[in-house]
Amino acid sequence: MVQSLYGVAEETKTIWVYLERDGDTLEGVCLELLARGREMADTLGWSLEGLLLGQNISSLAHAALACGADRVYVVDHPRLADFTSEAATEAAFQAITGRRPSMFLVGVTPNGRDLAGRLAVRLRTGLNADCTDLRVNPETGVLVSEVSGFGGGILALIEMPQRRPQMATVRPGVFVPPEPDPERTGEIIFLDVDLKTTPFRTHVVERSVGEALDLTQAPVLIAGGRGVDGDFDTLRELAGLLDGEVGATRPPVDDGYVERARQIGQTGVVCRPKIAITCGVSGAFHFVVGIQDAETIIAINNDPEAPIFDYADYCIVGDVREIVPALIRELQDPRLATGNP
Amino acid sequence: MLRIIVCVKIVPKPEEVSVDPETWRLDRSHARSEINPPDMNAMEIALRLKDRHGARLDILSMGPPFFDPILRVALAMGADHVTLLSDRAFGGADTLATTYTLAKGIEKLGGADLIICGEESSDGATGQVPAGLAEWLDIGQITMVHDAQVDLERRVVRGRREIKGGHEILETTLPAVLSVATACNEPRFMDYRIKEWAFDPEQVTVWGRNDIDADPDLIGAPGSPTIVSGLEEATSRERKRRFLQGSPEDIARQLSAVIRQAI
Ligand SMILES: Cc1cc2nc3c(=O)[nH]c(=O)nc-3n(C[C@H](O)[C@H](O)[C@H](O)COP(=O)(O)OP(=O)(O)OC[C@H]3O[C@@H](n4cnc5c(N)ncnc54)[C@H](O)[C@@H]3O)c2cc1C
Ligand SMILES: Nc1ncnc2c1ncn2[C@@H]1O[C@H](COP(=O)(O)O)[C@@H](O)[C@H]1O
Repeated sequence: MVQSLYGVAEETKTIWVYLERDGDTLEGVCLELLARGREMADTLGWSLEGLLLGQNISSLAHAALACGADRVYVVDHPRLADFTSEAATEAAFQAITGRRPSMFLVGVTPNGRDLAGRLAVRLRTGLNADCTDLRVNPETGVLVSEVSGFGGGILALIEMPQRRPQMATVRPGVFVPPEPDPERTGEIIFLDVDLKTTPFRTHVVERSVGEALDLTQAPVLIAGGRGVDGDFDTLRELAGLLDGEVGATRPPVDDGYVERARQIGQTGVVCRPKIAITCGVSGAFHFVVGIQDAETIIAINNDPEAPIFDYADYCIVGDVREIVPALIRELQDPRLATGNP
Repeated sequence: MLRIIVCVKIVPKPEEVSVDPETWRLDRSHARSEINPPDMNAMEIALRLKDRHGARLDILSMGPPFFDPILRVALAMGADHVTLLSDRAFGGADTLATTYTLAKGIEKLGGADLIICGEESSDGATGQVPAGLAEWLDIGQITMVHDAQVDLERRVVRGRREIKGGHEILETTLPAVLSVATACNEPRFMDYRIKEWAFDPEQVTVWGRNDIDADPDLIGAPGSPTIVSGLEEATSRERKRRFLQGSPEDIARQLSAVIRQAI
C-alpha cells in the first residue's frame, strides 16, 4: 500500500484549520471550524492551530486566537498576496510536512475547495469533502467525518485510519460560529516557505467584489421552490415586511430566477434562521439539510403528501399564489402594528 | 489543433434512487442512468471551443461497462471519441484513486491542452476531482467557470467564475484543467444525423489497468485512504407538524400570530 508522506506514528497531536482571508477579516466558515476544532481538541487534550497564508495578514492571526486557536502559523510571502491554488498548495504542503498535524480542516469556498483538492493529492492522503459533521473517536484520536449519502436520509461515517493528515472540508453554516474572546492569548509563529520552484502559471486578471450576501445571518428566510413558478417578487415583498431574505431551492436558481448565492441546501447555503417559510418546495433532502436547524419552519405546498410537511412546525396545504398574498395583506394591516387586532 | 478531453461520469437519476429502509443501502437497481448533468455543461463549453477553434474532442470516463451506451450521447453531441476506463480493480475508488486513474488515462491519451470537468458529480457532489487531476498532471486549474476563452498564440486559457459578492477572471497557461459551473449554459441536443456513427462499436475504446500502466497500489480500494466505517439514519429535529385550516385569510391570521411569537 502506498503511504502518505507521514503516518500515524509521526503525527503531532494537533488539529489544524486553514484560515482563509475575507477582505480584512477571516472567512466565517473558518471561525466555525475553529469552534468545532476547539471542542475536538479539548476532547483529546490536543492543541488547535491555524494556518494563515498571504501577505501582510498577520493581524488576522489575533482573530483566530480569539476564536479558540492555541497557535497560529503565518506564512507571509508576496506570491501568496493573491490566492492561486498552486502557490497556496506548495506553501501549505511545506508547512504541513514540517509540523505534521493529525488533521487539516478546510472551509468550502471556491478557493478552499481548490486548495483542498490539490493538497490532498500532493500529500497522498484522503479528503472527506462537504462533511455535515466532524467528531473524534476519543480512544483512537481518529477523525470521524459524516457525509450525507446520495438522495439523503442516510449518513455515511468516513474514517482514514492510516494516512495523515486527515483532511476534511465543511460548508459554511454547518457549525455554529464561536463567541470571540479578545482576551484569549496564544502563540503566533512565522514560517518560511520556499516558493522559488513553484511555477507562475495562474494569475488573477480581474476581480470585482461588492457587498456579499450572507443568508446565514438572516433571522427570517422565505424560501421559494419550483412551485412558485418564478414569481419571486411576491416572496421579496413578504421578506421585506419581515426583515428577512429570500432564498430558493435549486431548480429556480438553475432556471435563472434567483442568484446562486441564494440557493439553500447541500450544495448551497446552510442557514439557521428563527423562522423559515418554504413556498412551493417539495422537501427533498438536499434542500432540507439547509434549513433543518431553523427554530420554526412553516411550509406552504398544495400537495398534502409533500415530504416538506414532515419537517415543518406549521403546515399549510394550499396554493402559494393565494396564501402568500393573503399573508402579505395581513402583515400590512395597520391594526397589527399597534398590537391590537 | 486544440486538444480537449472532457471527463464524463455516468450517474443514476437522483429521483429514481431509493434507500432500502432495512439496510439503509442505496438501491440503484431501478434507477436509469444519465450523464452527470454538470458534465453536460462541461461538454457544451468544450463544443463551443471546438466550433470556434476546431479541436479534437475526447471523452474520458471511469466506470463499469454499462456506461458505454450512455456515453454515446456525448458522441452524438459532437465529441470525436470515447475512452472508458473499466476494470474490476478500479472499483471502490475514492477521490485520490479516481483522480490517479483518470490522470493515467489522460497521459495514455497523449495529454491535452484542456481537460474539462463538471463542477461536481450528482451522486457524490464533492467537486474535488478537477483539482486532484490538475495536481497529478502538474498543471494549472480554473474551477467553476461560466465561460472559457483560449488564446492559442499565447497558449493560455481565461475563465470567469463567481465568487462571494462578485466575480473574478483567472488566466492560466495551457495545458490546464477547467471545471464548469453547474447549469451555466444550455447543453446542445444530439445530432440525430450522426446517431448511427455514434453507435458504431469503434467509437468507444475500453481500457483496463494494464492499458494505462496503473500502479496497482494506487487504484481502486487499495489506493483509497478513506473507508466507510458506518451508516446512520439521518435524524432530524422533532417538529410540531400542525396543519392550519381555513380560508387563505384565516390561515394568514394564524400565521401572522405564529410569526409574531417566533420573532
Ligand atoms: C447532488 C445534488 C445536490 C443538490 N443540491 C441541492 C441544494 O443544495 N438545494 C436544493 O434545493 N436542491 C438541491 N438538489 C435538488 C433536489 O434534489 C431537489 O430536486 C430540489 O430541492 C427540488 O426543488 P423544489 O422543491 O423547488 O421542486 P419540486 O421538487 O419540483 O417541488 C415543487 C413543489 O411545489 C409544489 N407546488 C407546485 N405548485 C404549487 C402551488 N401553486 N402552490 C403550492 N405548492 C405548489 C409541488 O406540490 C411540489 O411539492 C440537489 C440535487 C442533487 C442531485
Ligand atoms: N468516474 C469518473 N469518470 C469521469 N469523470 C469523472 C469521474 N468522477 C468525476 N469525474 C469528473 O469530475 C467532476 C467532479 O466530480 P466530483 O469531484 O466527483 O464531484 C465530474 O463532473 C466529472 O467531470
